[in-house]
Amino acid sequence: MFENLSEKLQRTFKMLRGQAVLNEDNVQDALKQIRLALLEADVNFKVVKQLVDKIQDKALGKDVMTALAPGEQVIKIVRDELVEMLGQDTAKLKFGSQPPTVVLMAGLQGSGKTTTSGKLANWLKNGGHRPLLVSVDVYRPAAREQLRVVAHAIKGNIYEGQVTEANTGTVERLAKEARREAVNTGCDVLIVDTAGRLHMDEQLMEEMQLLKKLLSPQEILFVADAMTGQDAVRSADEFHKKLTLTGVVLTKMDGDARGGAALSIRHVTGQPIKFIGVGEKYDALEPFHPDRIVSRILGMGDILSLIEKAEQQVDKKKAQEIAIKALTGDGFSLEDFRDQVRQVRKMGSLQSLVGMLPRIGPFSGLQAAADKVDDKQISRVEAIINSMTAYERNHHEVINGSRRKRIARGSGTSIQEVNNLLRQYAQMKKMFKQMGKPSFARRMAGMKFPEM
Amino acid sequence: MIQTLFGSTQQKPGFLERMKEAVTRTRENLSQRIEEVVAFTKEIDRSTLDDLEATLIGADLGTATTHEVLEKLREKADRKQIRDVDELKRLLKEELLAILEQGNMRPVQKVDGMPEVILVVGVNGTGKTTTIGKLAQVLRSDGKNVLLCAADTFRAAAIEQLEIWGQRTGTEVIKTKAGGDPAAVLFDAIQAATARHTDYVIVDTAGRLHTKTNLMAELDKMRRTAQRIVPGAPHETLLVMDATTGQNGLQQARLFTQSAGVTGIVLTKLDGTAKGGVVVAITRELGVPVRYVGVGEKAGDLLPFNPKEFVDSLLA
Repeated sequence: MFENLSEKLQRTFKMLRGQAVLNEDNVQDALKQIRLALLEADVNFKVVKQLVDKIQDKALGKDVMTALAPGEQVIKIVRDELVEMLGQDTAKLKFGSQPPTVVLMAGLQGSGKTTTSGKLANWLKNGGHRPLLVSVDVYRPAAREQLRVVAHAIKGNIYEGQVTEANTGTVERLAKEARREAVNTGCDVLIVDTAGRLHMDEQLMEEMQLLKKLLSPQEILFVADAMTGQDAVRSADEFHKKLTLTGVVLTKMDGDARGGAALSIRHVTGQPIKFIGVGEKYDALEPFHPDRIVSRILGMGDILSLIEKAEQQVDKKKAQEIAIKALTGDGFSLEDFRDQVRQVRKMGSLQSLVGMLPRIGPFSGLQAAADKVDDKQISRVEAIINSMTAYERNHHEVINGSRRKRIARGSGTSIQEVNNLLRQYAQMKKMFKQMGKPSFARRMAGMKFPEM
Repeated sequence: MIQTLFGSTQQKPGFLERMKEAVTRTRENLSQRIEEVVAFTKEIDRSTLDDLEATLIGADLGTATTHEVLEKLREKADRKQIRDVDELKRLLKEELLAILEQGNMRPVQKVDGMPEVILVVGVNGTGKTTTIGKLAQVLRSDGKNVLLCAADTFRAAAIEQLEIWGQRTGTEVIKTKAGGDPAAVLFDAIQAATARHTDYVIVDTAGRLHTKTNLMAELDKMRRTAQRIVPGAPHETLLVMDATTGQNGLQQARLFTQSAGVTGIVLTKLDGTAKGGVVVAITRELGVPVRYVGVGEKAGDLLPFNPKEFVDSLLA
């Protein structure tokens, strides 16, 4: 599914290439694919509609940037829009001026509140805090026992208390006792694990409101499963309306769910996603990075980071000029060759760069080429060309034996290496003449660096 | 009604009433919406059907299944010149029912005098242990002998949780210590059940993400262990899936079917607002049927799957 989607997008975007302005016709297909990608990633359909409309507005009439193909530019707009929507918030908790700071955990059944409570306590402990855990889940069998085991595993403090009756009164009493315990034992954060509840369960939601009133928590974290589908908006919305959430923890992110629920939840609550849960161990809690989850939602690997890099560093116009020159009689000079080499170097290590691309479609050739090249060779090639005079770079045929010797000495290479480069260059020049309209990727795929 | 540690108690007046109310409300909304569109266009055309797309995608059927269903509906509507809202709804339900009825996988026939082994699997937090408690209740009230096997030795307090369900339903639990080998406790449980001529052994397993290959391999080992003692075991492997699950549910079903040989699905937490439409996509692709639905936290809140009612609720 993942590959299929990327492939589809690649194909769509290939068609967009070479068009000057993004208009309604040429972005339509791209938008359709993006819509499907978002829906398959479980972003709520209403949120998808709004997003796609917004993206269309932003894309239409935009000049095609020199550094990017139009299709890539659409992806960039999508990426920017999604990242902006998710916000740049990092893992920070608000602390009260007077301890204990209270963190109330809320969420549906099975979203991972108890495990997350333990992870959060562990995280706080490592940050030099003294958290106290308490479970007010008097309903689910063995829920309180579970938190006790978790607390023990992280060597954290827990207030256990006594439960004789499973009702709101007991919940209230436990909460009060736990806060007193936190004060008495000098714990600066109180993490309150609550029973999982359905957002439409009025009675249990009232209990949450009561807890909120009683404890005035600095943080009310909504714990949500990354695998949640379309219903995420409804539950998050209800929880937010009744409790005014302050943040979200997205759990089970170590699976292969695309995590579109993150967008839905953020959309309806406007609250930052503070952490993600990435495993069953108690240290498997990470800060949330909007850009990473955006790639995941769109199912495009790190192609987005590549676009970002390319956008900063590769001047498409220059590449185009070189291509035109290479294909017309004038030919492709050693100077142009060096420009190409420099552009590749600017983008960072070739291996890592190519590694970011999907191994499919137009990129597969590039991958194959990159596998054969190492970065050291590229710098030697550049050194050799640097040691030539300007005249030599434009008229390679004048480079005779004594010039070769000089160039080899100047670049710290051998005459054989200079010979190799010149031979490769001559082949490349010939190839360019035969080639039709070369795309950047195709040129790269055919390019061979001298073997040294 | 909430089942608690201390038995069943009070509260939540008219829970079912509220559910029914909510269902009726949304159902009315949909009919209204269809009627509006119909009134506007005078006949059911492509745009009318396009409107249904949102309903199906909103119920987590996924884009592929939704488009397939709607394409078939389009053809039929075009051919039959359907103008009537009820007729259109009936056709759509027919399409969905047809998919759900493709789920024809059946549990393995058990050998007489041997226990039937039911393996319960799923990702974390879907409600496996609760479902087992309820399933024990169903079988007990059917006059069967049941043995529970606490093979979730990993999650904190999972064994204790199953024991409480054992007490509630009057069912014995075979267990080992936390962190023990799940295949070993499974072996013990099946041996005990065989010796006592118990009718059913229900095996609770630790929740695991389907992407964790080594944990999935552990399920395979458990299956092999069961098979060594009782031919054909596990007779039924139930995948417990949370109704709030989105499109990832399909991948879950694929991988659990691969490693654990899933024969049926239990769709839990259907008492919320989530529709659980991903099971339509699952049955469509894998032919795995839904066996039960979970609609609450009490022991009695496990119902046999009723495709007709489910389809009604999808469109509600």
